[in-house]
Order: sequence, then C-alpha cells, then structure tokens
Amino acid sequence: MSLDYVKFTPGFEQFMPKEYRDMVEHGPFGKKTTVSQMGSFKEILEEHPMCAGCAMTLFIRLAIIAFPNPEDTITVGTAGCGRLAISQAAIPFVYGNYGDQNGVASGLSRGLRLRFGDKPKDVVVIAGDGGTADIGFQQVLHSWFRKERFTTIMLDNEVYGNTGGQESGMTTRGAVLKMAPLGKKFEKMDMVTMAKVAGCSYIATVVPNNPRRVESVIKKAVLIARDIGPTYIQAYTSCNIEYAIPTDKVMEDAKTVEDDRYKFTEYVSDEAKAYLAERYGYKEFMPKAVPASVTTA
Amino acid sequence: MSKERIKISPDLYDIMPSDYQDLVSSATYGKEDRGWKDIGTSKELIEQHSLCAGCPESMAFRYILASLPNPEDTVMVGSTGCTSLVFPMVAVHNIHSLFGNQNAIASGLKRALSVRFPDRVKDVVVLAGDGATVDIGLDMTLQAWFRQEKFTTICFDNELYANTGGQESGLMQKGFVAKMAPVGKLFDKVRLPEIARESGCHYVVNCTVSKPSLVEKVVRNAVLIAREIGPTYLQLYTPCILEIGKNSMEGLQEMRDSEKPTERFAFKEYISEPAKQLLAERDAKAKEKKAAAKQLVS
Amino acid sequence: MDPTSVIGTKNKKGQVFTDPRIMMREAPRTPSFYTGSEVIKEAIRRASIDVMIAYPITPQSEAAALIGELFAEGYIGDYFRGESEFAVMSQCAGAAFGGARVFTTTAGPGTMRAMENFPMWAGARLPIQCIVTCRGINSPLSIQPDTIEISYLMQTGMLVWHAETAQDFYDWILMGYMVSEEPEVHLPLALCCDGFFVTHTKDVVDLTPTDMCLPPYDPYRSPVPCMDMECPPVRMMRDPFIMKSNYISYATHASWQQEVWAAAERSRKHTIAWLNGLIETEDVDADVLIVTSGTAVSQGREAIRLLADEGIRVGLVKIKTLRPWPEEELKEATKHATHIIVPEFNVIGWMAKEIKATIPRSERVIAGPRVCGGMTMPPEIIVEEIKRALGVRSGTLAGRG
Repeated sequence: MSLDYVKFTPGFEQFMPKEYRDMVEHGPFGKKTTVSQMGSFKEILEEHPMCAGCAMTLFIRLAIIAFPNPEDTITVGTAGCGRLAISQAAIPFVYGNYGDQNGVASGLSRGLRLRFGDKPKDVVVIAGDGGTADIGFQQVLHSWFRKERFTTIMLDNEVYGNTGGQESGMTTRGAVLKMAPLGKKFEKMDMVTMAKVAGCSYIATVVPNNPRRVESVIKKAVLIARDIGPTYIQAYTSCNIEYAIPTDKVMEDAKTVEDDRYKFTEYVSDEAKAYLAERYGYKEFMPKAVPASVTTA
Repeated sequence: MSKERIKISPDLYDIMPSDYQDLVSSATYGKEDRGWKDIGTSKELIEQHSLCAGCPESMAFRYILASLPNPEDTVMVGSTGCTSLVFPMVAVHNIHSLFGNQNAIASGLKRALSVRFPDRVKDVVVLAGDGATVDIGLDMTLQAWFRQEKFTTICFDNELYANTGGQESGLMQKGFVAKMAPVGKLFDKVRLPEIARESGCHYVVNCTVSKPSLVEKVVRNAVLIAREIGPTYLQLYTPCILEIGKNSMEGLQEMRDSEKPTERFAFKEYISEPAKQLLAERDAKAKEKKAAAKQLVS
Repeated sequence: MDPTSVIGTKNKKGQVFTDPRIMMREAPRTPSFYTGSEVIKEAIRRASIDVMIAYPITPQSEAAALIGELFAEGYIGDYFRGESEFAVMSQCAGAAFGGARVFTTTAGPGTMRAMENFPMWAGARLPIQCIVTCRGINSPLSIQPDTIEISYLMQTGMLVWHAETAQDFYDWILMGYMVSEEPEVHLPLALCCDGFFVTHTKDVVDLTPTDMCLPPYDPYRSPVPCMDMECPPVRMMRDPFIMKSNYISYATHASWQQEVWAAAERSRKHTIAWLNGLIETEDVDADVLIVTSGTAVSQGREAIRLLADEGIRVGLVKIKTLRPWPEEELKEATKHATHIIVPEFNVIGWMAKEIKATIPRSERVIAGPRVCGGMTMPPEIIVEEIKRALGVRSGTLAGRG
C-alpha cells in the first residue's frame, strides 16, 4: 500500500473520526515501531470487545505491532474470539467460513504474488485452536504440505471460548469442560510436531508474557514465509472466563503454563536460517567461523 | 456372527447362487489359523471383481481378506475409489457412504458396536485409497487417531487418483507429472506413516503387497492391536499400473523395485511399547499351544 | 430382538421401557419451566439413545453439552465431540450403520458444512435424528435466528419437521424416533426449530415421567441390513452400479431415489397418528388465513388477536411437517380463503413458494412479511400486511419514519 492512500484530502481532516486522524498522524505505517514503544504511537488494533484481562487480546496487539510491514499485510481469520479483535484492526481482515482460513490464505497469497510480484504482501492467518486444529485441521496441514508461503498463528486457549467453553483437540487430557463431561479422554494434540512433519520452515511456541519474544518470533515467521515456506506460531492465550482465571492472575497463569507445557521453543529450518542471515542480517543465524580442529576431523 | 446365521435352509439350497453355497460350505469364517495359504483351497471372502487385469490392489484385497483374524465379526469401511468397486463383492459387512469420511464412519461404527456388544469382539477395519485417506479425509483420519479410536486404518497407496483417471494426490512423489500436476508435483509425498506415529497410532507399517506372508503378518498385528490397545495404520503400495504406464504383468516387479532398502516403500514398522507387550504375550501363548500340541502328538 | 418384549423391564438407570403410546398419551405430565435447550435434554433422557455426537456451534451448543451431562449420568451409551460438523454427521452415520439409535444437533453453517451427509443418511436409510436450531447463513457471519437452512434440508430425502414451541420439541423428539424407525419409513429426521427463540427462551412444558423411556431401537427391523456381521454378508451386487453407464444402472439409482421419497410419503400415516395431523388449523372459514411454520406461527397468533380487537377475523394454519409436505391438507384448509399470508424468518420465502406450488389460485398467496438476519417479527407487520391485502388503511409503523 502506498502510504499516500491513508492521507486525507486537504480540508477534510476536521471531518474524519479521531481514530482515523490518529492513525494517519501517529500510526505505525511506514515506520519501524516496536513493542517497547507501545503507548507512544497509535496501534493498528482499535478498541475491541474482548473480555477484561483477556490474554488473547494482548497477544494480538503484540503480534500486530510486530508485523514487519503492516501497510502491506493482510490477515485471515475464522470464527472464534480472535476475530472479534482482529476485525477491529486498521489492516484488511479476510473472513470466510469456520475452519477454512488456511484455504483462503493459500488462494490469497498466491493471488497477491501474481498481482504484485516480488513486492512483499504478507499474509498472516490468526485463528483459534478449534479453527486450526479441529474443524480447519485438514486445510491447515494441506497448506503446509503444499509449502504455501504464509504464516499461521494459533491462538491456543485450549477450549472453544466463543461458543461457551467446549472441549477442543488442544484441550489438555482430563480437563472437564462442556462436551467433555467426564474429562477429556485424549491428549492435547501435538501441533508442533505435526507442523514439523508437514514441512513448516519456522515453528515457535510462545506465551504473551514476554512482548519482545512475541515480537521476535512474529517477525521471523512473517519474513521466512515471504520466500522460504510455511511458518507456524502457537501461542498460549488463556481463556480467563472458561478456565476461571481471575483477571489479575492471567499473566501469572501464563507463566505457570509456560513452565509446564508451553516452554518457549523455536525451530528454524537450515534454509530459513540462511535466508534470515543473508537477507535480513540476523546475526544469530550467520554461519559461524568453524574452528580448524573441526574441519580437519 | 455365529456361522449358523449364514446356513441355507435345506429346502432352498438348490436355488441359492453357487457363490453363496460355496461361502457356507468352504469359507474360512471362524478358522483360527486362517491366512493367505487358504487361497486356492477355500472359498475366498471376495467374489469376482471388476478391477483391471494385473491390478496389485486386487491381490492386496485377497491377501487382506484371507488374513483378517476374525472375519465373522469384522465390519469394514471403505471410501470412494477403486476399492469401492470391490467392496460390493466382499463377504464381510462393509460400508461405503461418502468420499473421505471413512474414519469418521468407523469411529461411530466401532463405538456403536461396543455399546451394543460390550462382551464380544467386533473388529472394524477401514480400507481406502490415498486420496480418501490423505487428501479429502485427512482430518477425519488423523482425528480418529488422536481420539485413540480402536480400529485399523489401511491405506491402499497407489500415489494418485486412479478411479477418476490419474490425478495428483498428496501421496504422489514430488516431480511426477500427472493430471492436475502438469509441470510435475511441486511438493513432497506426504509423510503419513510418520504423522500416524505422532498422532498416536500404536502400530504403523509402510510396505508393498509383494509378499502375501508379510501382508498377513501385518494385518493380523494391526487388527489385534487395534482391538486391544488403540489405532493402527498400514500404508500399502498398490501401484496403479494403468496410470504409471506399466503392463499388467509388471505390477509385482514395480512393487519389488519400490521396496528396496533405499526406496520409498522399504519395509518400515513402528510398534508402541504397549503393543510390543501385547504381541509378545500373543506369541508366547501361541508357542505354548504349539508345544502342548506337540506333546499331545508324541 | 422384539422391542415389545422389553416393555415393562428396566434399563440400567432404573427407567421402565414403556409402550410409547402409553408414555406419550396416557402417562401423567408434569408442567416444568425450562429453556428449549433443557427441554431437548429432558426428551433425550427418555429416548433410550445409544450414541450422541456433538460439536460446538451457536445456538445448539448448550443442548449438545447438556446431553453430555446425561452421558456422564449414564443415560446414553456413548458420547463424544467430533472435529467438525461434516465429521460428526459421518460419525453419526457410522453409529447408525452399526445398529445404534443416534442423536445429534447442529445449526446454520454447521448444517451446510454437514450437508453431503444428509442425502447419504436418507439413501442409506439411517433413522438418525438431528435437531437443527436454525440460524443465519451468510457473510458476514451471523449467529442470529433465520430459517433459510430448512430450504436446503427439504431436498435431502430426510423427514423435516418444524417445531413452534418447546412443547412441540419435547413431544416430537420422542415421537420422531417412533415415526422414523418404522420399517416402512426408516429415514433420518431433521427436527428444526428457530434458534434462540425456542432454544434460549423459557417456557412451561409438560414432561412425561422421568422413570419412563422409549423402548430401545431394534436394528433388525431395518429394511436394509445392519452392518454388524449378525446377518449374512452376501455380496450386494454382481457389478457395482457406479461402474456402469447403462439403463439398468440408471433405473436402479432412480428407483432407489424414488423409494427414499416414497418412504417419506409412507411416514404420513404414522406422523398423522402421532402428531394429530401434519397441520393444525383455526378458523379456516375466514377470508384471510395466516399459513406458516415455526415461531412465525406464534407471531401470527398475536397478529390474529390484534386484528380481532379491530373486528377483522383471520384464520390460522400451522404447518408441522415440511417433509412429508401436507399437500392435500393445505388444499382443503385454504379452499375458502381469499388472502393467504405467509410470514417467514428468511430472505427467500421458501414457505410461500412451496404453498404457491401446492394450492389452486396461487395468486392468493402473499409472500410475506419476511424478516431475516436475526430480526424479530413484530405482530404489527403481519397486521399491516393483512390490512394492505384487505385495502384497509393502517397507521404508520413506529420507526418507519
């Protein structure tokens, strides 16, 4: 998007809503904003209808700030709580049927590549665990098999939050929820391993407690998806309503869950490492000088 | 099923079709040590079928039906594809409903049979092609495994959509030129055996059907483990000689070529710990029985 | 097994398998104040269900989860959450093929996601009951009440009934199994209601005793073999019809489709007996008739009351079953009417189209008022439609400007 598109016709400024004026004057388009600057610029996510204390909202805010190129990013979502917030953001949000987000994104990213060539248009799917691992599971995996170049982010609250708290495939075994009256009978789905076997080039698990880390994984995932292949981020975004977490304990819960089953993990394929190093100067992935003793071995 | 149920009323015997008479008199329902060696000396559970001449899938069907440990209490579930042309000729109950939903059908079926016959063994075996298992039915295939549904899934992998005339499927090899893959398939063969293992299958085998004894062994293992422990998966190479441009006598060689140690259908078997224990117990029991029989003879 | 042989015996929860006619018609009823979702649960408690499979979608999630509680209490043989509506409907089919009495629920986009299964259920003669709590189908996403999905269900070969109230729902769930499991019927039933209006409102419903339940389903009364290897596994055909493009193949498929629809027709007499007719009528000698189904009937009743205050007499036809379609009943009930008003909760007016295709002098049919997208239907807009038809001036409706 040319940044001129968002500018006002001279003389109309005073009639534009405040939030729009803020977006033009203090928004992040065309600038390199970071999560550390939160509060000092107009965020792309406008006020939203999520519950008080919702960790998912925080994660979505961080993720959107982290987009490397928000003015050329299109998000794709599906039914669930996430879309209630994402659809309030000042970047396009595509919504089809429940669970078809990775199908829509496959067509969208291919269409955009045809129309705009190498000029990056980032496609980012943000959907819940039900949309990603249950009803949309097949389309998610097939998009990875086909090596579709876009990012998939799962907002994992381990439950169907929006419909009132039913068991999902990502629910932990034994949790008693609606539709799991005797406790869930099978294990939490291992989507990270699925992503690996299915061919994702970058995979990370995060919790929203560490904004810089969220920012870092989102940036890498979006950049790698531009040229290398599918990327997947699985974020723990607790549902404080359905799991009865007091609003002031949401971050504490996230920390506990992080220590338990949501440790930070990151997988970067060799190709993706080389790409990040060469193209975007990621020092951590630069080839290290090999000690002579090793080369002779 | 008691064998009594299929018996023919003596007064009506002569008007029953001969294949049914054969089924009653010489099929191997209830025979404990049934196996592929019964082929030729007993009535097979598959009648004449309409597959192409030389089709390895038809051999696979015969071996599997000869090897099922408990056909008198086995219900099979199929899907759309070449297999659906054979199932109407198969003498165990079988269900075809839609394309790709076979593992969902089997989930409901197995649970219904468990509710209705809590004290009896009722095996459920899914047999479908690669398109049904990996493409259109992928979510239902995997979700049944996640839920630890107790039935066997067999995929006849011919690496393409054969019944519709040779289109690319997810299990096709990368680079293969087919209909709907006009410049060659652009992505790798989906690694379903690995995915099966990660999804919770207790027994996973990847092989060809060149050796009937091997097919018999893996089918018996898969059905037994599914009955007692949890989901099992067999991926069997049944090349579509028509669509890969082979002659009808070349199917066997194609399978032998593809099962060499470095090839994609080299024999691979994964057995979970509880399944290993189960098989060991079974083998120990069989050994004991054999020894006892020997003693009786001597 | 003969289901009558278990009458009088108890299930594991201590409920007595009761002759359904006695249970539904003679047993004492207890008035109870419940939401529609709770009423579904109470009907299922008494329905001797073997397998229920669930998936979350508003507005049926609550009922589906409540039935999970019944499972936890031991009233249902097995229960689980499937991974999508398509999978759930296939899982239901598998359970029914295996000889179980099966129940499920869905709504709106879920109905559409599952759609390929419904003609398959009918073709395979599986007497599954699916509650459909209708909601909008469109983009942008809507979760509000809207009955458009019924128009799709009507072409599947399933029996389709449309409940007006929670009481209808309670009785019809139980009666539905009795009709759809008749050997000469043996078809699935889509039992529809208007989402939220029925599911999420409370009403007084007369319930049958908790300790009585329906006799179990007997899969061996099915007109097609149950897939449990308890009956001879003969090969079904010498050549699968899918292989053939010849007249015999076409004729076989054609006759089977006709048989499915004939079975739906044969359900008529059983349905009439259980539901006291496929339609319900009031004052059909009036000049003006309201003819519709679902909660539009309730709004019609209100409109009739308002018009009676002004001295305008209007009759009512409540259509209870959409499949089978009450063709003769409608012709008879509408023969005196000059104006036939068809209020509906959907944008296309499928009910008006069906009625127009049924009765003589179809220009009598006024296809409206219609609301959609979740809007309510104030009785005043029905009143206005009727007055316009009669050429009576009516005041401007508030809010119309």
